[in-house]
Amino acid sequence: MFKSMFKWISWRRLNDIGILGMNGRNIDYIGKYNDRSLYPLVDNKFKTKRMAQKYQVLAPKLQGVIEHQYEVKTLVNLLADKDEFVIKPARGSGGKGILVITGRKGDQFVRASGKEISLESIERHVTNILAGLYSLAGAPDVALIEDLIHADPLFDKYSYQGVPDIRIIVFKGYPVMAMLRLSTEVSDGKANFHQGAVGVGLDMATGKAAYAVQFEKRLEHHPDTGQVLNDIQIPNWPDLLLLVSKCYDMIGLGYLGADIVLDKDKGPMLLELNARPGLSIQLANGKGLLPRLRQIEALEETHLTAEKRVAYVLTSLQ
Amino acid sequence: MSRSSFYFFIVLLVFIGLVTAWMRHVDTGIPLKPGDKASAWMIEARVDFKAMEGKPVLASLNLPKHIPGFRLFFEQTASPGYGFTIVDKEGVRRGEWSIREASGAQTLYYKVQVVVDKNEKGVKQPKPEENAQVINLIWDQAEQIAARQLLAKAYNQSSTDVSLTRELIKLLSSRSEKQNAALLMEGHSKAEVLQKLLTDAGMKVRVPMGLYLEDRRRNQSLVPMIEIYSAGEWHLFDPETGKQGLPENFLLWNRGGNSLIDLIGGEDAQVGFSMIEQKMPAVELAQEYSSDEGFGILSIHHLPIEEQSVFKLLLLLPIGALITVMMRVLIGIKTSGTFMPVLIAMAFIQTSLGLGLINFIAIVAIGLMLRSYLSALNLLLVARIATIIVIVIFIIGLMSLVGYKLGFNTGMTVAFFPIIILAWTIERMSILWEEEGARQVLIRGGGSLLVAVVAYLGMQTSWVGYLSFNFPELNLVVVAMIMLLGRYTGYRLLELRRFQAMDQA
Repeated sequence: MFKSMFKWISWRRLNDIGILGMNGRNIDYIGKYNDRSLYPLVDNKFKTKRMAQKYQVLAPKLQGVIEHQYEVKTLVNLLADKDEFVIKPARGSGGKGILVITGRKGDQFVRASGKEISLESIERHVTNILAGLYSLAGAPDVALIEDLIHADPLFDKYSYQGVPDIRIIVFKGYPVMAMLRLSTEVSDGKANFHQGAVGVGLDMATGKAAYAVQFEKRLEHHPDTGQVLNDIQIPNWPDLLLLVSKCYDMIGLGYLGADIVLDKDKGPMLLELNARPGLSIQLANGKGLLPRLRQIEALEETHLTAEKRVAYVLTSLQ
Repeated sequence: MSRSSFYFFIVLLVFIGLVTAWMRHVDTGIPLKPGDKASAWMIEARVDFKAMEGKPVLASLNLPKHIPGFRLFFEQTASPGYGFTIVDKEGVRRGEWSIREASGAQTLYYKVQVVVDKNEKGVKQPKPEENAQVINLIWDQAEQIAARQLLAKAYNQSSTDVSLTRELIKLLSSRSEKQNAALLMEGHSKAEVLQKLLTDAGMKVRVPMGLYLEDRRRNQSLVPMIEIYSAGEWHLFDPETGKQGLPENFLLWNRGGNSLIDLIGGEDAQVGFSMIEQKMPAVELAQEYSSDEGFGILSIHHLPIEEQSVFKLLLLLPIGALITVMMRVLIGIKTSGTFMPVLIAMAFIQTSLGLGLINFIAIVAIGLMLRSYLSALNLLLVARIATIIVIVIFIIGLMSLVGYKLGFNTGMTVAFFPIIILAWTIERMSILWEEEGARQVLIRGGGSLLVAVVAYLGMQTSWVGYLSFNFPELNLVVVAMIMLLGRYTGYRLLELRRFQAMDQA
């Protein structure tokens, strides 16, 4: 890893591969296709959730909302009958401030990592959320309590704790690139790349794993479970693409990142949307985004329905 | 905004910035480079005379005023026992020394410092007064004939008053008219003869006096020039060379044809001049002269010194911001808080770099330690930040005290650190630590410090500070560059490393 510190790729090579850089993303795509006024719809998960309900996009069910500090004390009652739930800030970014509770042990709650946490600590966490600790620019926030997602057992052998999620870049309603994020022991069960999560690039036509990286390096097997990553096949791939394509109709942002989880009972669910999706997806796929984005940009007429867009992606995307 | 109109706007900004700066440079004389020296001359006029026993003395010396090509910077007199006033009457300045009683040899000094300024045109000269010309030159018949011959010849060879003057000067020094010229100039200076000749020809003429400036010359006397009035303007000629216009390094002392020295109660008045060349920082001169018109009004130099120093610092911010943008957009360094590094860099300017770095790292490190204890207290965010602010103030106070006790008087300057910013930095770093580990804290913190140091070095560059303060409009160019960077869609330098794995893909 130390050696890689001093390895560079040439500008021209990067350009040839069609890697989208941060500046290019910000100006040519986010700046051009994402209307600022629509940002609150994705930055605030509370709003996203309500939109999702309206457009019948499946998402984890909302169990409660804590909006004010005085409501924090009502958590006891709210959580009384729940053994598993997720508490997250409505306007958190980068997965910050998400607390996953998978069970109880006496008075204590059990986190996804297996660590125990007291009700008091949960209250403090909610207090922090309300004060805006996890929100962009530290603005006051609200805390959402949602159903816990039960990961499809399909991924059990590929993931160390945590729920694997699928990040899909949706450009003008066309899903253009996808990756599966698998947490590892190093990443502490988080699907965060620079903490060591594994990114699996998915073939857009089939939903099959095509490429995988950890710490920006290619790998074939899951570092903890040793499973061959190339065997992964996302079930019901066209349905999943349809779900994310609908997100475009629902939000209207031209350049969108959708995070999908596969629930063992309910199938693909929308976890959250992102108006500024990161660039690591290119590393996970070993491919650049630019050729695909340009292909969509070059379309004379875009398809009006999500179904048609998905059909186009399944058949014609590079 | 379309692409072309954006670039047009950028070019416009750059153009306005540069042109305004250039105009300010020309108008106020503020040099474009720091450390530029302007040429200045210290000229001393020494008046020697003999006082008549027991009589009041009044010596009146003609003083320069609005000298073309020079600016009067400073003047003083030295003359023990004498009272001195400067009288400005009808555009003529005279210095008047007076004393009730004096005896024996007397010496009066008048010193003036002038700065070379090519833009100084001098005051507009008045029209000549009718019948005001006094010429104490009377020619006998032979001389009158010679004069008439010379004039007639010059007249034939010329077409205007100006060319007539030129021809006449030429004739006076020419070999062919040697005899006539010699006859006329016997006992008289060329300027006097010319004045008489030209007056006879019906022109308005005067004899201004001046000094050729040469370094370390002593006991010089004024040199006469000749000036004629034609077509509403005065034209100056060098009677020796016949060249029109002011000679190089020539200081016009006296223009109106007034006497150099008038003396009452004394005799044998002699005026000698000595001079030395001096180099002065051009900025100081320009600032001293910042006028109340044109660019002078828009000059920061008009503010009180204290506000000036505040502005000096503020005007450095755009460069700091530009450097931050470059580090982010071109290189891709991650920092904690977008513009926190600039503020830290500003603090470094006050504290000096080494000390600033040590202080910053110490404050943040101690703050992080105490913050980790705070996180167990379950405080609201606002209250926690406020607590950290107080902690930061305590740390700063303690460090100042320790520094002072150890003999670093610079210890006090830590107070310049932006306390609120530091508190937020500590808070953010602490959360980063909890969520993503110490490595990210080091990366972000190191990135912030790196940007701060580079911004500091940029802002500390002497010419950057000089230009941004003396030519604030150049910040428009900086803004244009920032905006240009805001449209840069190419790769960041560190992305070439980030995507380095793509090479094998």
